[in-house]
Amino acid sequence: MTKISMTVDGVRYDDDVEPRTLLVHHLRERLGKIGTVVGCDTSNCGSCTVLLAGKSVKSCTVLAAQADGMDVTTVEGLSTPGGALHPVQQSFHETHALQCGFCTPGMIMAAVDLLNENPDPSDEEIREGLEGNLCRCTGYQNIVRAVQHAASTMRTDVPTTPETAQQSQPAQPGASQEVTT
Amino acid sequence: MTVTEPHAGAEVGRDRRRKEDARLITGRTLWTENISLPGMLHLAILRSPMAHARITHVDVAPARHLPGAIDAFSGQDIADIQGTLACAWPVTEDTVVPDYPPLAVDEVRHTGEPVAVVAARDRASALDALEAIEIDYEPLPVVLDMEAALADDAPLVHEAKGTNKSYTWIFDSAEAGTGESVTHAESEAELVINRRYVQQRLIPAFMEPRGVVVDPTGEQITMWSATQIPHILRLMLAMCTGVAEHKIRVIAPDVGGGFGGKLQITPEEFIAFAAARRLGRPVKYVESRSESMLSAHHGRDQIQDITLSARRDGTVTGLSVKLLANMGAYLGIVTPGVPILGAFMFNAIYKIPAYRFECSGVFTNTTKTDAYRGAGRPEATYAIERIMDELANELGMDPIEVRRRNWINHDEFPFSTVAGLTYDSGNYEAATDKALGLLGYDELRREQQQRRDSGDPVQLGIGVSTYTEMCGLAPSRILGQLRYGAGGWENAAVRMLPTGKVEVVTGTSPHGQGHETAWSQIVADQLGVPFEDVEVLHGDTRTSHKGLDTYGSRSLAVGGIALVQACQKVVDKARPIAAHLLECDPADLEFAEGQYRIKGTPGTGKTLADCALAVFTSHEMPDGVEPTLDADATFDPDNFSFPHGTHLCAAEVDTETGHVRIRKYVAVDDVGRVVNPMIVEGQVHGGIAQGMAQALFEGAVYDADGNLLTGTFVDYTVPSSADLPEFVTDRTETPAPGHPLGAKGVGEAGTIASTPAVVNAVVDALRPLGVSDVQMPCTPERVWQAIRSATDGGERS
Repeated sequence: MTKISMTVDGVRYDDDVEPRTLLVHHLRERLGKIGTVVGCDTSNCGSCTVLLAGKSVKSCTVLAAQADGMDVTTVEGLSTPGGALHPVQQSFHETHALQCGFCTPGMIMAAVDLLNENPDPSDEEIREGLEGNLCRCTGYQNIVRAVQHAASTMRTDVPTTPETAQQSQPAQPGASQEVTT
Repeated sequence: MTVTEPHAGAEVGRDRRRKEDARLITGRTLWTENISLPGMLHLAILRSPMAHARITHVDVAPARHLPGAIDAFSGQDIADIQGTLACAWPVTEDTVVPDYPPLAVDEVRHTGEPVAVVAARDRASALDALEAIEIDYEPLPVVLDMEAALADDAPLVHEAKGTNKSYTWIFDSAEAGTGESVTHAESEAELVINRRYVQQRLIPAFMEPRGVVVDPTGEQITMWSATQIPHILRLMLAMCTGVAEHKIRVIAPDVGGGFGGKLQITPEEFIAFAAARRLGRPVKYVESRSESMLSAHHGRDQIQDITLSARRDGTVTGLSVKLLANMGAYLGIVTPGVPILGAFMFNAIYKIPAYRFECSGVFTNTTKTDAYRGAGRPEATYAIERIMDELANELGMDPIEVRRRNWINHDEFPFSTVAGLTYDSGNYEAATDKALGLLGYDELRREQQQRRDSGDPVQLGIGVSTYTEMCGLAPSRILGQLRYGAGGWENAAVRMLPTGKVEVVTGTSPHGQGHETAWSQIVADQLGVPFEDVEVLHGDTRTSHKGLDTYGSRSLAVGGIALVQACQKVVDKARPIAAHLLECDPADLEFAEGQYRIKGTPGTGKTLADCALAVFTSHEMPDGVEPTLDADATFDPDNFSFPHGTHLCAAEVDTETGHVRIRKYVAVDDVGRVVNPMIVEGQVHGGIAQGMAQALFEGAVYDADGNLLTGTFVDYTVPSSADLPEFVTDRTETPAPGHPLGAKGVGEAGTIASTPAVVNAVVDALRPLGVSDVQMPCTPERVWQAIRSATDGGERS
């Protein structure tokens, strides 16, 4: 067993994990973060994408132990129940960028990272940027539209929601609520 | 049935944002995998590494002793309770239907077939314990190729059956009285074209892997499953295991895509059901992606030999189709019926006077095939649209012109086809003209000529696909004639709550199609209540006790009519209540936009909410009035619906590398009246992507021993955002005359149309090089090989 400590969606968790535990399984099975899902076993589909230290990763390719001491943001941390949606979430809704929705959390997290890196991407850059996230329903056209729409919203909006503020200033582990599971 | 005209302020026809999205974009979704119950055990399944073998020895005991493991069992251990999987569609009287045990008992017939199971405290322990199971196989000869399987000395997939042929199904228009003799047409023809097309095997690849949770600890055995067909699943569990139907509850929670791939009664569901009964504890099984690709059913996989006879003026005089359809090793719920659905669609939108169709279902040592988006209709449309282009080429005629000379004209509907269907309505002229304009057809043809003249290494091709399909499966009478084991009706119920809010129960079972939103729009219009006041309940056999689920674009085309009829019953039931409240005669009332008013009298009337509350209290009701406004309706259609459209593809093909780039893709679809244009457009996009994927990217491949070489997303190319182009989509609207909303169905349209449009474009680009076919998927290697073979004068690939 390995002792790890990570801050997930603003809350610190201290756990003992088997060294082989993947981050996605730790998030889902130990921390109850079931918004992040597993769609393949080869790191191709991207359904399990989360932000690790602000960068998008496929959480099935990272060991939980590798995330020790780091900040993780899942789709559940982008907004709070009853709170405002993240602009990318809102855009996916507005432009009908999802159908069955299974790929959607991963796709949204990948898009958040893409827009953090490049606030004004071309359609082609979006298509290249989301290449690692597979969707079987939409044909991607509305996903590209959603990311464009979110980009324009985020360029013009001052970050006012707690979650966008949190992204620009990652929470300090010491300052957050602590949970041991 | 008359089509209800939309009124000002109507919900139907509006781009309503989806109700479903709220939970899906925030990660608060109830996927089957997210369900966890107290005391739940996790199952892992050991699968056959061999395509055909006798199981000579199994010992599961070592697995039981590993940490975390609670139980392990083989097919023999649960033989008395596992039941048998059933095929609901033996298409002929003498269809060979082999036994299909969920967990193999003494023989395996394809790689990935379940052979043993471990139940453990967690999934990792279950997977670890699988390794300890001892199992020995005696290899048996393998047959993978359909033509080889039909040879006299072929190894038999099911020795006891004595044949690898499941059935032969024939339709002949001369015998059926729907048309003339093909033999005669061919002997009289000025031109006869023979082609062989191969529909490669595809993997549905829904993004959510299949999962099942079974809880046997209550009064009923409850199963959650990632399925398209909870109602059919419950029935089959009852019929095939002997457990009483009313003691089984099936729930399809949020389901992450299906595309036909979850239109199945799976071995895994039966194994989990048996495991839960054996253990007396809840169990969960969730497949890995590679398990899914190995063992969830595959689609397509046909060899099509097509003969088209025609006159020199372009008139088609006869069509003959000889099909080999790969069943795989077993028959799934509708495996034999899939190619038969195609039988009615090969004649497509054309006035073909003579038609013959013959299909043989063939067993091989591969995963079974079954429905995949379009189920039979994409295969048929591909063949006819490809060979129509060959006819155009032979005659030196524009492919659009060949189609114009043969298609059913707008003023000829309803039209009885040579395959025996009656097409309800259509306007192929309008859709085609619109598509040609959107593509810039004439200009692209000029550019194509320039590139041909200049010998440009990048050639331009324009692909045409004009299609129709049959939606709204199906009139029960026709399903009976086709020997399908169920009907084609659908059920809906409206529950008026005392506050005037509405719960609607539907027998359809969505998995991404947005029924909660579209159904709310329909109900809002019918009852005159706000969109937000409608809640749609589905996918739980206890809540929604009656239904035939979602496939074949039947939900709106059939279920939508049941929904409208249930709403109309509510309106009728509330009429005497409103009359009582308004102190008038019911006959003097009119109902519009949610209000009963005395005819000719402006001013305030009574809403359905007023009536619902009055009925709830029932303090004062006229004599004989039943104190409820709830109503349900079950509707059985008397015909299919027939969406149609024209898709055009302009593709640039690099003749030096074989690379295909879609330059422009235009889709004009006519799906009748549209409830939610945004959702319809989304369905079309996704459909085109899947059809394009068959044309360019996807194909399941087995090696000579029957190992699946394309068993992960590394080897099987589901296209990404970088692989697909923008689509230009538009619509024409020819209402369905048989539907109160005029709706026809849209789920499969894009998939059916796009595959031939893309391949026709690729072949069109390469015609000057002598290429007349490229076998799908048209990967750079395949295209390059086709060019090489044509220019070398050798065999074409």
